Amino acid sequence: MTPEVLTLSQTPWLFTGVMLVKIIVAFVATLLIVAYATYAERKIIGRMQTRMGPNMTGPKGLLQPIADGLKLFFKEDIIPSQAHWFAFILAPMMILAPAFISISVIPFGGDLQFTYDGTLYAVPMQITDLNIGVLFVVAMAGLGVYGIVLAGLASNSKYALLGGIRSTAQMISYELAVGLAIVAIFMLSETLSLRGIVAVQQLPLWGLESLSFIPNWYIFCQPLAFGLFVVGSMAEINRTPFDLPEAETELVSGFCTEYSAMKYALFFMAEYANMITVSAIATTLFLGGWGGPFYGWINFLIKVFGFMFFFIWIRATFPRLRYDQLMFLGWKIMLPLALVNIVITGIAILLW
Amino acid sequence: MEIILFYLTATVAIISAVFVTQCRNPINSALNLITTFLCLAVFYVMLESPFMAAIQIMVYAGAIMVLIVFVIMLLNLGLAVKERYTHGIAGAGVLSALILFIANYFIRAGEATGTGGSVTSEVISSYGHTELIGRAMFVDFLLPFEIASILLLVAIVGAVILSKREV
Repeated sequence: MTPEVLTLSQTPWLFTGVMLVKIIVAFVATLLIVAYATYAERKIIGRMQTRMGPNMTGPKGLLQPIADGLKLFFKEDIIPSQAHWFAFILAPMMILAPAFISISVIPFGGDLQFTYDGTLYAVPMQITDLNIGVLFVVAMAGLGVYGIVLAGLASNSKYALLGGIRSTAQMISYELAVGLAIVAIFMLSETLSLRGIVAVQQLPLWGLESLSFIPNWYIFCQPLAFGLFVVGSMAEINRTPFDLPEAETELVSGFCTEYSAMKYALFFMAEYANMITVSAIATTLFLGGWGGPFYGWINFLIKVFGFMFFFIWIRATFPRLRYDQLMFLGWKIMLPLALVNIVITGIAILLW
Repeated sequence: MEIILFYLTATVAIISAVFVTQCRNPINSALNLITTFLCLAVFYVMLESPFMAAIQIMVYAGAIMVLIVFVIMLLNLGLAVKERYTHGIAGAGVLSALILFIANYFIRAGEATGTGGSVTSEVISSYGHTELIGRAMFVDFLLPFEIASILLLVAIVGAVILSKREV
C-alpha cells in the first residue's frame, strides 16, 4: 500500500495539526540547541584554554543558559534617548526572524508514516518543501543583514555605526561567494529543492555501482565549493575569525553596543541560530542531509553538531582578520575561485 | 483564502508605498520600501513564480536596498534633507497627477489584448518555474541576455575607472 500524502484540501484538520506539531517541534528544538550552544561554546573554549567554563549553576553548570536567559529577561530595557526608536526595536527582531525562517525548508529526516482513520499517511520530516528551497535560504540570509544595519544605524552611536558599516560590507561581499559556491551544487543536482538535493546524494558515489558503499555526498564532487561555503558562511554569520562587526578590542561591542537586556540577548540568540542554520544547510547541501548509518534525524543532528563544534573550535584557534585582509579574501580569492569552480563543473557536466 | 491574502498584502503594499514618499526620515522611507518589495515577492508567489519571488528578495531587498541604507548611513542626512527639499512637493504632486491622468487615458483608449500565452499553470507545474525561466533566458533570448550582460560589464568597468585615482 502506497502511503497518501497529506494535503490541505482533503484532510484540512489533520494537515493543520501535523503542520503545527512539526513547526513547534522544529522551533523548540532550535531554541534548545541555541541555549545549549552557548553553554557548549563556553565549556569547549574553556577546555581549550585550560580553564573551567561555567560549572556553578546546576550540575556541571548545565542550568547556566537558563540562568543567563532569566537574568537578561529581567534586566532594565534601555532605549537611548537619541536613538531612532522604531528601527532600534525592529533591529533585533529582523536579525532573529530570518535565521529561524530558514530552518523551515531544511529536511531533518525521511518520511514518517502513520495510520489515521484506516489510511496510511506519509509525512516528510521537513516543515515545507519549496521547489526553490536553496534560493529561499539565500534570500533569507540576505534579509539578515538588515538587523545589523538597522542596529548600527538606529543606535546613533559611533561604535555601533562603525560596526554596522563593517558588517554590511562584509556580508554583501561574502554573500556573493557563498551564493556562487551553491550554484555549482544545483548544477549537479538539477533541482533547487533541498529534499531533492538530499535524495540525489543517496545514490552511489559518482554514479559508479562499484562504489555503492560510499554515498554520493557533494563534498566528494565539490570539495572546493564546500570549502568556499564554510568559510563564506562563517564570514556571513560574523563568527571569529570574521567577527569584525563586533570586534571588542576596537569597537566596544560593535553594532550591539547600545543594546541591553532582552534585545541584547536576541542578538546573541541570532548569532547561534544563524550558526545552526548554516550548519544545517552545509549538512544538507554537502554531507547528504539525513542520510547515514543511524535513523534519519539522528544522522542530521550528529552532522550539525559536528559543524557547530568546528565553528567553536575555529573561534578558539584563530585570531581576527584585519579589515583589508577580509575584503581581499572575499573579493580577490573566494569570488574568482567560486566562478572557476562553476566553469569547471559546467565543463565536467558537458564531458560526462 | 487566496483573495483575502491578496487584499491583505495589497493593502500593506499600498500603505507602505505611500509611506515611502511621506516619511520625513530617510531610514523610515527605506524600511517602507523594503516592506513594499516583500509584498511584491508575495505577489510573485501567488502568481506561481516562486523563482521571481526569491530573486526579488535577494536582489532588491537583499542587495540594492542594503546599499541604499548603507549610503543613508554614511551620509547621515536627517534634518538637512527635511528643511531643504520641501518646496518641490507641490510640483511633484501636480506632475504625478498628470502622469496618472495620461496613463489612465491611454489604458482606456486602447483595446484589451488577448490574455494568456503558452505558459499556463499546468505548464509551470509540469516543467518547473525555474526551468522555464532558464530556458527563456539561455535558449530563446540568448543574444539579448548576453548584450545586457556586456552592458552591465561596461558599467562596472566604468565605475571602477571613475573611482580609481590612477588607472
